[in-house]
Amino acid sequence: MYKQVLNSISNVEIYPIITLVLFVVFFFSMIAIVVGMDKDTVEHASSLPLDDKEAT
Amino acid sequence: MMETFHYDNKIVRNFAIATVIWGIIGFLVGLIIALKLIYPEFLGGIAELTYGRLRPLHTNAVVFAFAGNAIFLGIYYSLPRLLKAPMWSAKLSAINFWGWQAIIVGAVITLPLGITTSKEYAELEWFMDIAIALVWVIFGLNMMLTIFNRREKHIYVAIWFYIATFITVAVLHIVNSLAIPASFVKSYPIFAGVQDALVQWWYGHNAVAFFLTTPFLGIMYYFIPKAANRPVYSYKLSIVHFWSLIFIYIWAGPHHLLYTSLPNWAQSLGTVFSIMLIAPSWGGMINGLLTLRGAYDRVRESPVLKFMVVGVTAYGMSTFEGPVLSLKTVNAIAHYTDYIIAHVHLGALAWNGGLTFAILYYIIPRIYGVPLYSKRLANTHFWFATLGILFYVIPMYVGGIMQSLMWKEFTADGLLRYPNFLETVTQIMPMYILRTVGGALFIVGSLFAVINLWKTAKSGTFLATEEDQAPAMDKTAEVRPAVTQKAFHRWLEGKPALLSVLVLVVILIGGIVEFIPTAMVDSNVPKIDSVKPYTPLELAGRDIYISDGCNNCHSQMIRPFRSETARYGDYSKAGEFVYDHPFLWGSKRTGPDLHRIGGKYPDSWHYLHMRDPQSTSPGSIMPGSPWMYTRDTNFDVLPSKIWALKTLNVPYTYADNDPAIIQDAKAQAEQIAAALRAQGFSDADANKQIIALIAYMQRMGTDIRKATTVPSK
Repeated sequence: MYKQVLNSISNVEIYPIITLVLFVVFFFSMIAIVVGMDKDTVEHASSLPLDDKEAT
Repeated sequence: MMETFHYDNKIVRNFAIATVIWGIIGFLVGLIIALKLIYPEFLGGIAELTYGRLRPLHTNAVVFAFAGNAIFLGIYYSLPRLLKAPMWSAKLSAINFWGWQAIIVGAVITLPLGITTSKEYAELEWFMDIAIALVWVIFGLNMMLTIFNRREKHIYVAIWFYIATFITVAVLHIVNSLAIPASFVKSYPIFAGVQDALVQWWYGHNAVAFFLTTPFLGIMYYFIPKAANRPVYSYKLSIVHFWSLIFIYIWAGPHHLLYTSLPNWAQSLGTVFSIMLIAPSWGGMINGLLTLRGAYDRVRESPVLKFMVVGVTAYGMSTFEGPVLSLKTVNAIAHYTDYIIAHVHLGALAWNGGLTFAILYYIIPRIYGVPLYSKRLANTHFWFATLGILFYVIPMYVGGIMQSLMWKEFTADGLLRYPNFLETVTQIMPMYILRTVGGALFIVGSLFAVINLWKTAKSGTFLATEEDQAPAMDKTAEVRPAVTQKAFHRWLEGKPALLSVLVLVVILIGGIVEFIPTAMVDSNVPKIDSVKPYTPLELAGRDIYISDGCNNCHSQMIRPFRSETARYGDYSKAGEFVYDHPFLWGSKRTGPDLHRIGGKYPDSWHYLHMRDPQSTSPGSIMPGSPWMYTRDTNFDVLPSKIWALKTLNVPYTYADNDPAIIQDAKAQAEQIAAALRAQGFSDADANKQIIALIAYMQRMGTDIRKATTVPSK
């Protein structure tokens, strides 16, 4: 049944390809950005929850 | 220049109280329905308390009332403290609180009354959906304006999760709730059949993702570092895992529909993305657990950390189990069984429940300015909860697999070994009993928490506001060059509007790529000429089926397996559901599939069975529905129902407000009732609900038999 559905949509093969390309581009650009982050930023950011007057 | 400001603890306390109260109620309803499976006559014979109506009440109470209030509790506590700014408007906070509670009360009233859409976790009817959208937007507005008026430039990872939660839940809720009202208490979704199923499970799956996962990950990212007093293990990992999680989650919905009439490519896409989802999910788990590295001694001391650790570990287990369940071969066995019930309870009780009790134990002592009343009692609660979860989950795993294997077992002669569905139910009754014990243990533990939190509050003084100081945000810092790769994410983390837009884009990509082909499917689902819209009486019967929640125990989707076609009949085709607003495929077979029930038994069998299922099926755990024999079918509403469906392109030939609609319905009802009376059922009355229900049951899945040409697979 599904083959019939697939065949009736023209160029359906483009969808999985778009999906793959989108994800790969998205993922690797994110990795590039994250790897390049400088240390101070990361340290400042991760200490934010602890940075208040309250002693735990 | 330091500025002084005050955090509002009142709203935090209110949400804490609501979380605890609704939690206990939600758990108790769960216990009641678990008992109903063992003793079908328990609270029986009352429409408002029947299993099919209480089960959605249980799921909605736990998801939206217990976990929902816990989300607001966590956000209203952590957001202002992370941003160094009180909530933007105390008035909006209050509207959020009271609006949400009013919606829950509305659910507690409407669901037992049978006012339901039947779509899982979206059962509330259209007027409630509008209220939910309004309150949700008020919450989001308050949150975003707080973020825009913050003093801390950098937006911490927990807050991105909160933003993603707000945006995505809004999108999901609106799309899945699109419906045409036929009356004040009844609407029909604009999608039908396959499309409706796809939209529903795109919603259902992502409700788990963006209501039960992302906000709790935000809570984890704030409260684990707080409780352990050390920064998050890897901030970089949190960035990678945040973006991958929200990107991938949205695609995985179709794994709820494997082997159904959904086109295969959509099923495969769901499976692939489900497997990929392990990576970002485990990124979150690892980040949470490793934050405690070198501080594990504190886990022994602190009930907060104990609940956190078990919660995050259960999250890791569930998010491994989920992708495995989305493999077609595993899904073939686990789907429709109690295995899935075990899977969701591992997540709900350990992950959502664990984190919720952890933050309650963290927050209440702090806003009352005293230590927790009894650490020992909290530890006792911890063990009751953990044992309760094990006693719940393990029997359900065993029962689910046992039953599934029995469904699929053939004798050497090629016949089903257990042709009677009921045999497979009675075999797993001991598991249902053990599960009830597990649930009861969990509830007892929760009652310890209530006592503990109450005593803590009693022994302290409530700090309605908490003072804090911080310098105003340095606006000049915003003009820093943004283009360098090094500074990009830092820059982005200071730009809440852009961050929100990016989140929206990311979650829409998955939706759009999935929806374009689905929209095309609409015109490409092979039409089966003999499939016709329901007659007015059958439509009334279908709405009674929905109202009484029959779909909570009975699927209408025969998968293309020999074990299913041998048991139920020809497998279900996509073209058979084109007029089904909503689809009623179901997700759990506590009873047998009903798609080919039409014509299987005579009307008289249904007439006896619905009143007292044990009379036709000894040992059945289905509750009787005696009210169907005393309550009248509402014929007067049928013209507006037909009008609503015609608006949705269901090809009825009736004119608007055609008197023939009611006449036809009554004539068909009288025909059925007269035949029953002729067989000796002297009380058969054409006006009663049972007659409409029988009309629908006998129509179900029969159109295809009239087909001259059956579409090839």
